[in-house]
Amino acid sequence: MSIRTPFYDKHIAAGARMVDFAGYEMPIQYQGIIAEHVTVRQSVGMFDLSHMGEFWVSGADALPFLMKMMTNNASKLAPGQVMYSAMCYEDGGIVDDLLVYRDMAENRYLLVVNAANIQKDFDWLQRHLEGDVTLENKSAETGLLAIQGPQAEAVVAKMTDLNLADMRYYHFDYGKIAGYDALISRTGYTGEDGFELYLPPEACPAAWDAAVEAGAEFGIKPVGLGARDTLRLEMKMALYGNDIDHTTNPIEAGLGWICKTKNREFIGRDAIVRMKTEKPARKLICFEMQDKNIPRPHYKIFAGDQEVGTVTSGTKSPSLKIGIGLGYVQREFTQEGTELQIEIRQKKAPAKVVKPPFYKNGTVKIGK
Amino acid sequence: MIPADLKYSESHEWVRVEGDTATIGITDHAQTELGDIVFIEAPEIGDTVEAHEPCGSIESVKAAEDLKSPVSGEVLEINEELNDAPELVNEDPYGKGWIFKVKLADPSGLDTLLDANGYAEIAAS
Repeated sequence: MSIRTPFYDKHIAAGARMVDFAGYEMPIQYQGIIAEHVTVRQSVGMFDLSHMGEFWVSGADALPFLMKMMTNNASKLAPGQVMYSAMCYEDGGIVDDLLVYRDMAENRYLLVVNAANIQKDFDWLQRHLEGDVTLENKSAETGLLAIQGPQAEAVVAKMTDLNLADMRYYHFDYGKIAGYDALISRTGYTGEDGFELYLPPEACPAAWDAAVEAGAEFGIKPVGLGARDTLRLEMKMALYGNDIDHTTNPIEAGLGWICKTKNREFIGRDAIVRMKTEKPARKLICFEMQDKNIPRPHYKIFAGDQEVGTVTSGTKSPSLKIGIGLGYVQREFTQEGTELQIEIRQKKAPAKVVKPPFYKNGTVKIGK
Repeated sequence: MIPADLKYSESHEWVRVEGDTATIGITDHAQTELGDIVFIEAPEIGDTVEAHEPCGSIESVKAAEDLKSPVSGEVLEINEELNDAPELVNEDPYGKGWIFKVKLADPSGLDTLLDANGYAEIAAS
């Protein structure tokens, strides 16, 4: 039985096509993936992300615990700041990628993890608890509504009393949404400016209606998981289960920027440092098709007659209108401009290695 | 909704027969299920296609699906407009979104296809 989110009735009323995703009944699309994608790039869209997992970490030893578990350095976080991080196994394989929020209250952090990994992550964290740390899984009691696009600030400003103009990217604060207490975070997975509103379940229907009303003048549309995937892929944002998993090291995935290895210890550090020093045998690349073909996960990548890698994500980019993809390729073939071939239905279609992101006009920049 | 003058396969293609020429496309139900269609790889003119065998590919944003021919025969023509406008299959699946035409090898093969009522049951299931 799939879990229904607090927005379920809103999806049905909006004509969503529902699918099972990681055990949740989620909207894959409403009007159509391309229209929804374009709306987010040009104006503003709203997403139900209540399937994501939320863990609260608190106690006097919360920070040392996160320093042990996270590849990124949580001691650098100011209250009200967010960071993107990975958790790794000892061998450097990725447990999950996630957001870490440092609360304004002392010794209190929020972790936001992938829906498919909630139980695995919770078990992994639980197993490594030490000292005065309380770990709570609040996923079932937390709804999440994302408002993303160049007009996101204008929309959310109409929904809350908070002054959003002062909120920087990867920062958050508490405020009212539709009369309910909410955590309002300037984060997202689209490459556009945007907000993620963490809400109690009972607030979700009212928050949805408030977003529809506030966004009406900007043509706001509900956006499903289909467009969420094409939006993130155009930015080369990794998707756990496709581009990264327990067999990939953050260095080969291009996530070295979230691995702060100097003067600290964390689980997986040695494997990450080793791969950094020895240079990875393969790397995650971005490539664009040179003809009309569309790459898909698991297609083989060739350089002439030699098989040199595998596609992990692929689609036809709604913004660029060409086939784009990510894939792991042997290091010798990862340089920008390298000509590769993607094997599609027994034929080899030309592709070229390009610099990320695919879509260069996003209203925020992720990473460095 | 499901045109009465066409024949249908269980894999959601339609056939319009005029003399010994069969025009082939995918049904409205199929295009709705696929969502935004972004690429069609039709067979080439002169190819011989076999009934119910894959002869090309139809791709939405999300995924690639086999395109099957409901009938056997030689490919006479493909809809070149779909090269630049694959969305015609979404917009007008029984009209401008036709995909290819074949010269029927064996008209009796048509008898094994579904009529509109038969297909309506498949589409509803």
